[in-house]
Amino acid sequence: MMHGMQRVAQTEEEHAQNTGQVVWRLVKYLSPYKKYVAAAFILVLVNAASQGLGPMLIGRAIDGAISQGDKAGLLKTVLTLLGVYTIGMFAMRFQIYTMSTAGQKVLADLRDEVFKKLQTLHLQFLEGSQAGDLMSRLSNDIDALNNFFSQSLAQMVGSLFALIGIMVAMLFLEWRLALVALVVIPIALYVTKFFSSWSRRAFRKTRATIGDVSAEMEEQVSGVKVAQAFNRTERNVGEFAKRNAANRDANVNANAITSAFAPAMDVLSTLDLALVAAYGGYLSIIGAITIGTVIAFIQYVQNFFRPIQTVAQMWTVAQSAFAAAERIFSLLDKEIELADGKETMPRIEGKVSFEDVSFAYDSDVPVLASVSMEASPGETVAIVGPTGAGKTTIVGLLARFYDAEKGRILIDDHDLRDVSQFSLRSQMGTVTQDPFLFSGSVMDNIRYGRLDASDEDVVAAAEAANADSFIQKMSEGYQTEVGERGSLLSQGQRQLIAIARAVLADPRILILDEATASIDTRTEKLIQGALDKLLKGRTSFVIAHRLSTVRNADQVLVLDEGQIVERGKHAELIAQNGLYADLYSRQFYTPPGETSLAI
Amino acid sequence: MTGIKRTFTYLQKYLLPTAGALLSLLLVNAANLVSPKLLQRLIDDGISDLNMDVVWGVVIALIGVAAVRGIFNFLQGYLGEVTSQGVAYELRNSIFEKLQNLSFSYHDRSHTGKLMTRMTSDVELVRMFLGSGLLHLVSAIFLLIGTIVMLFTLNWKLTLLVMLILPGVGLIFMIFVKKIMPMSRIVQQKLGTLNTILQENLAGMRIVKAFAREGYEIERYGTANIDLLDANISMIKLFTAFFPLVFFMGNIGMVIVIGMGGLLVINGTLTLGELVAFTGYLIYLLMPMFMMGMIGAMLSRAEASAQRLFDVLDAKSEVEDAPDAISLPKVEGRVELRDVRFRYIGAESDVVKDLSFVAEPGETIAILGQTGAGKSSIITLIPRFYDVSDGAVLIDGKDIREVTLDSLRSQIGIVLQETTLFTGTIRENIAYGRPEATLEEVTAVAQAAQAHEFILEQAEGYDTPVGERGVGLSGGQKQRIAIARALLLDPRILIMDDSTSSVDAETEYKIQQALEELQKGRTTFIIAQRISTVRSADKILLLDKGALAAEGTHKELQETSELYMEILETQFAGQED
Repeated sequence: MMHGMQRVAQTEEEHAQNTGQVVWRLVKYLSPYKKYVAAAFILVLVNAASQGLGPMLIGRAIDGAISQGDKAGLLKTVLTLLGVYTIGMFAMRFQIYTMSTAGQKVLADLRDEVFKKLQTLHLQFLEGSQAGDLMSRLSNDIDALNNFFSQSLAQMVGSLFALIGIMVAMLFLEWRLALVALVVIPIALYVTKFFSSWSRRAFRKTRATIGDVSAEMEEQVSGVKVAQAFNRTERNVGEFAKRNAANRDANVNANAITSAFAPAMDVLSTLDLALVAAYGGYLSIIGAITIGTVIAFIQYVQNFFRPIQTVAQMWTVAQSAFAAAERIFSLLDKEIELADGKETMPRIEGKVSFEDVSFAYDSDVPVLASVSMEASPGETVAIVGPTGAGKTTIVGLLARFYDAEKGRILIDDHDLRDVSQFSLRSQMGTVTQDPFLFSGSVMDNIRYGRLDASDEDVVAAAEAANADSFIQKMSEGYQTEVGERGSLLSQGQRQLIAIARAVLADPRILILDEATASIDTRTEKLIQGALDKLLKGRTSFVIAHRLSTVRNADQVLVLDEGQIVERGKHAELIAQNGLYADLYSRQFYTPPGETSLAI
Repeated sequence: MTGIKRTFTYLQKYLLPTAGALLSLLLVNAANLVSPKLLQRLIDDGISDLNMDVVWGVVIALIGVAAVRGIFNFLQGYLGEVTSQGVAYELRNSIFEKLQNLSFSYHDRSHTGKLMTRMTSDVELVRMFLGSGLLHLVSAIFLLIGTIVMLFTLNWKLTLLVMLILPGVGLIFMIFVKKIMPMSRIVQQKLGTLNTILQENLAGMRIVKAFAREGYEIERYGTANIDLLDANISMIKLFTAFFPLVFFMGNIGMVIVIGMGGLLVINGTLTLGELVAFTGYLIYLLMPMFMMGMIGAMLSRAEASAQRLFDVLDAKSEVEDAPDAISLPKVEGRVELRDVRFRYIGAESDVVKDLSFVAEPGETIAILGQTGAGKSSIITLIPRFYDVSDGAVLIDGKDIREVTLDSLRSQIGIVLQETTLFTGTIRENIAYGRPEATLEEVTAVAQAAQAHEFILEQAEGYDTPVGERGVGLSGGQKQRIAIARALLLDPRILIMDDSTSSVDAETEYKIQQALEELQKGRTTFIIAQRISTVRSADKILLLDKGALAAEGTHKELQETSELYMEILETQFAGQED
């Protein structure tokens, strides 16, 4: 909403790679498709040869047949020309096919790779960066690469080789005139280099600003309900327009450069034509070369600059693509801060210990300070405390979403950092306070807990979570779509489904982070039995404000400002008459002047 | 092509650069048409006649042509970009504005991922068409006509012969455009699906990780990715079937020119220079055709995109100001629901059934009921996030459908169940509804919401940035910021939807006490699970399956409602343990 400029600056910093490296890295993605590349290469050569032969045959038709009045010779040459063009067409056809297919496959691989990368990235990075900007890397930046791969790459490579074919043919036909014609090549290269470094900077800015536009859009579309509730829409539209304008200006700016590049090439091409006309005309007039050669050369120079112009036209797309590739690679190169442990966590018994654990999201604000605790297998540990005391952080550390800054966390005496995250988390189940559902059916969402579960298992889990009755009442029962993030269900219903999901996962360690906060107390009572069953036989951590769910815990940890200030069983803590007792009595606080509620 | 035609209205603001770009393109074309003529002169009058002066003349003319082409090529490229980026800018703004104003029911049903695709890919396709496609289309038509005229002046017989290839090329393009249209639609669809998976994964990363489902998600994404790849490859096949064919048709033209033209030269009815000029013009005959084919493909994709954009822009907001809506005067705070029935669009049953109640100004109304009983639905009807299916919502006796949304919502403060904070500082988030609020005002409401203390503990106090969706703060902290945000509006009607569920009991008690002070004189609706929260309400509405089961004060309900007693019991059972 307000930190656009900072974000742009931040993304700008990431780019330290040069064009060569970026292109080379892109080329390396082609290695699984060697066959395509090899085929394309051969076809490109065939196409180039046909491009080189064409004008030569035309020159021969003029000198050898037309000038001599040889009709039979003309027919022969024309038929050869037709043959050459036919072969060229097929070569071109399969060349475009192989190149574009390989390009699309590389793109698909890149998408997969970036997505995989996202899945392994540190949660702290993901939560800290803007989902919209990440989205932009996976959609807009890949789109920019797509434009390059689907339209430009085949044409650019084809054109470059056609260029070589033509150059060879020119030298072969008349080397003096060829050298004069080719004088512009170094100039063209220099101009290209000049424009390239200039436009790259401009295009980087376009990639960063479009990322910024996407980020803003993503956030505002997700938060649109709040915007409407607060009459904020008009202002948001204004804020968005600013970013949108920055993107527009960056694009116009970048394209001004490329718009100058193509005409520059065009001017060079026409100058070259003039050069050939002058020198060729002179040579022909003094009788050094034939008129057919001059005509062939005129054809060559025109054909010769067509590939250059194609390359120039594709330059915009290529520049944009390289800038996009840079952004994608910089994401791929992000260090995963949470190195995966090498060991596989064996079946968890359930002993959990925190040894002197300290943690801070932001080094200035410590969240946990020297927390130590131990839970025996099968125990239920309740964590209570005021908002912001660090309760959710404790369970986040247990699932190794983050690493402790100091101290260590052990499950069955294995340091979490020594075991693989998959083997650890696949034995844990979590129900969070803001349950996230995926778009799809109710059935799919519960099955998320155990992918191979049968329909019956899913229904059983839903019954245990007391979700079955409301699911049955919905129009399509278990097949009802829940909408994006479960938007078609109430928050309480989402929590019930999240509980069913955890029930189905049958984890060794269960984390309930205010799992019932949005569920009414009657329903909560109904699922209490299910929860009790769920807690039995596995180590569980329960965070709750409504202390009725905490009362039966084997141990209660009372957290305040990142430290455990009290611990023990419910009755012991009540007797201590400390923070816990205070929190507890507040729950049943009776305003003065009203009768007691005790029933 | 109705979609694209409509996008022309966005061009209107850019008439000057559009005209400039078009003019430049036409001049470039004119320069193009001069070149073959010059070459003809070079060969016939220069080389064949052994006249070096003519050669020099041609050379100078060619350089002049190059200069004209260079300047105007740059201008057309630059002005075209100004136009197309301008159109993209306008389109994005319109869509953003539309999305900001579409009613809740639209957003309930739409996918952020798909909307994002519209704002980016679809806008980009329309932009490319309007910016370069359209200009080049017009210029191609002019070039084609110009070339044909030039060819006819050279030799009409040869021209007619060469033009035989044109219907073939035209037919190829027509088939191509027809086939590409549905295909590009499929590609865009698959892209939308892919982006939706991605978007969900970004938002739900914690759950993906918690259940160790990375592998599953990668596979799911991979499958959608392959679908997209397949669709893309089908499109490539179509392209490769058509474009080399067109290129080939052009070469056939060249063969005809050399063969037949050669014969004419031998017969003496055509000069060698004219033959060369002819081959030169052949390129300009084909280039526009080629261009039209490309633009045809582009057009079909842009049309599909434009239609999708207009789907959004034309989406009817279910909730809109009535044409004769008046501004709601400063409200007293009497809220009445009269025989209200409500059903979400597409749902098969009512979530609220025949509900009537009255809240007098200054009263606190608590709403209690089971999960899915319709509590949240009822309160979203008051700020008119949704319209009732039947019955009416009245504020101070006025049907809220008769007043403007702005005047209605600016007098209602709401704390939604799901707390959404935005990127920015804490202060900016609290001042969301009133960005001009002073720090003192912000601090005051933060104190009332019991947020002041923890805010001061943050590294930069009120200026601490909170990330997307406010990550970095605990659930309870976010809720308290959301409460402060609503309080800052100083609304006449305050709605709190389970907004203290993640706040501990002690803090909640403090918030309540602060609110009691603040609630004076304003009508307040509170949804809560805890009886302790609702006990002091002036009226408790007990809901059961969308209907009113009981209504009264805490005391009255204790005596009259069995359901209420049941709820009480579940909350206080075991207090004596």
